[in-house]
Amino acid sequence: MEPLVSASNLTKRFGDFTAVDGVDFEITKGEVFGFLGPNGAGKSSTMRMIGAVSPITAGNLTVFGLDPARDGAKIRSRLGVVPQENMLDEELRVEDNLYIYGRYFDMSRRELRQKIPGLLEFSQLLEKRESKVEALSGGMKRRLSIARSLISSPELVLLDEPTTGLDPQARHVLWEKLYELKSQGATLIITTHYMDEAEQLCDRLVVMDNGKIVAEGSPQGLIKEHATREVLEVRFREGDREAAAPLLDRVSVRLDDLADRTLLYVENADAALSALTEAGYSPLSSLPRRSSLEDVFLRLTGRRLID
Amino acid sequence: MAVPASVRFMEAQLLAYKRVWKGSLFTSFIMPTLYLLAMGVGLGSLVDSGGGSPAFGNLSYLQWLAPGLVAATAMQTSAGEASFPVMAGIKWQKTYHLALNSPLSPTNLVTGLMGWVIVRLLTVTVVFAGIASLFGAFTPLAALMAILAALLTGLSFGALILAFTSRLEDETGLSMLFRFGIVPLFLFSGTFFPISQLPIVLRPVAYGTPLWHGVELARSWAIGIPTTFPAWIHILALAGFTVLGLSIARWGFQKRLIT
Repeated sequence: MEPLVSASNLTKRFGDFTAVDGVDFEITKGEVFGFLGPNGAGKSSTMRMIGAVSPITAGNLTVFGLDPARDGAKIRSRLGVVPQENMLDEELRVEDNLYIYGRYFDMSRRELRQKIPGLLEFSQLLEKRESKVEALSGGMKRRLSIARSLISSPELVLLDEPTTGLDPQARHVLWEKLYELKSQGATLIITTHYMDEAEQLCDRLVVMDNGKIVAEGSPQGLIKEHATREVLEVRFREGDREAAAPLLDRVSVRLDDLADRTLLYVENADAALSALTEAGYSPLSSLPRRSSLEDVFLRLTGRRLID
Repeated sequence: MAVPASVRFMEAQLLAYKRVWKGSLFTSFIMPTLYLLAMGVGLGSLVDSGGGSPAFGNLSYLQWLAPGLVAATAMQTSAGEASFPVMAGIKWQKTYHLALNSPLSPTNLVTGLMGWVIVRLLTVTVVFAGIASLFGAFTPLAALMAILAALLTGLSFGALILAFTSRLEDETGLSMLFRFGIVPLFLFSGTFFPISQLPIVLRPVAYGTPLWHGVELARSWAIGIPTTFPAWIHILALAGFTVLGLSIARWGFQKRLIT
């Protein structure tokens, strides 16, 4: 099947600064594709190039098989965009924000009158339709920007950091909404620096760091490939870390020393903890847990996602 | 029938205007009326009794002032629309960045904004000229001619200030624009007294400002006061400012919004 988005050696430079450094990826219809990486990794720049609002510096990019440099308006007419900042007109009513944006896509007044209530219902904002945007909570504003991106019935939706800055409850409501879209067969591209978000939502993702793609795969595949099944986080008593070194090497597949603790990559975290305790190195604190994309990122870059 | 993209962006400005229209009543209609009353009627009664009339084409000061004031009001209107609201679209609310995620282009935005400036100019100048007519400042034809000249004036300011705002980093530049641009122009471009009253070295400065050309045209067309230069020079100057402003604005929007 022809990919919806195809990039090869895609590069974006701002003066001397290289934001996106020769990345390759393909995104196919019906999948939820993620760009995971810390702030400044080049995710948003990549997104803006796909959105045909930022010219590429080098390489190749096609969206719907079209060249953004030549057919930008055509591409944008088939896209839904949820920008990182909501860009809502705060002093206008909720439904006016949808109406104005719909008009940009040359939808008629009648079409919009029919379409807006459904979108407001989907985003749970029907009762707020006549409220000014400034009266909405952060989560509601985010849902409104998602509703706005859907007004033109896009074939592909770009979501740049959809849940950044939201409280946990609002994030979960938003995830539900994105699931709903996904189950309706929408193609979504999401950037995020939250590994749980990427794990929850993405069928496939690339990990970006310093403008480059450092890994690609499904969340589970990446964890399997770059991390072990479980991780044991431990804080040792003074001197124990050095003394236990031979044992640690034996019980763990790999380990990472962070400033305040040591991460042991293991198949069974509880078993590893027992082994440590039995050998007399019972740690000050310990946390056995499943591996996550965070560990993948740490493994690949030597840094944590959110510093 | 398909509505052109620029017109649809203009329509968005109209909707957005709903939130500020009450506040704009004062600057759009009441302010110029107050100037007309204070200067035209109040100060005018003193001017008319002092035998100033030859300089005013043997008309009352009110009749002489009114066409210039319509042009100056057009300048104020354009300045208002092409400054802070544009900064909001570019920087504060980023609604222009949003619009560019749709099929609209930066050129559509510039054209749509200019269309919106024209709509605002028409409403403001028509209403104000109507009010001035009530005080006997205009015959209907004179009012119409003054409005026409005011439109040309407003267009050139709209285009120039749009260009200026598109290149500004923050609103400091806008405060400067009003303090050192719009206010002095309003007072010293021949609206309230002929620039022949200015020191001779300052007169060429007036030639470089759109308002003076607009005021000259407004007075010539509305009440037959001869222009300093042939009328076509004034028209050409205003058209030139408009074209220059629009070209820079197009480039500025492109450079600012497409990165």
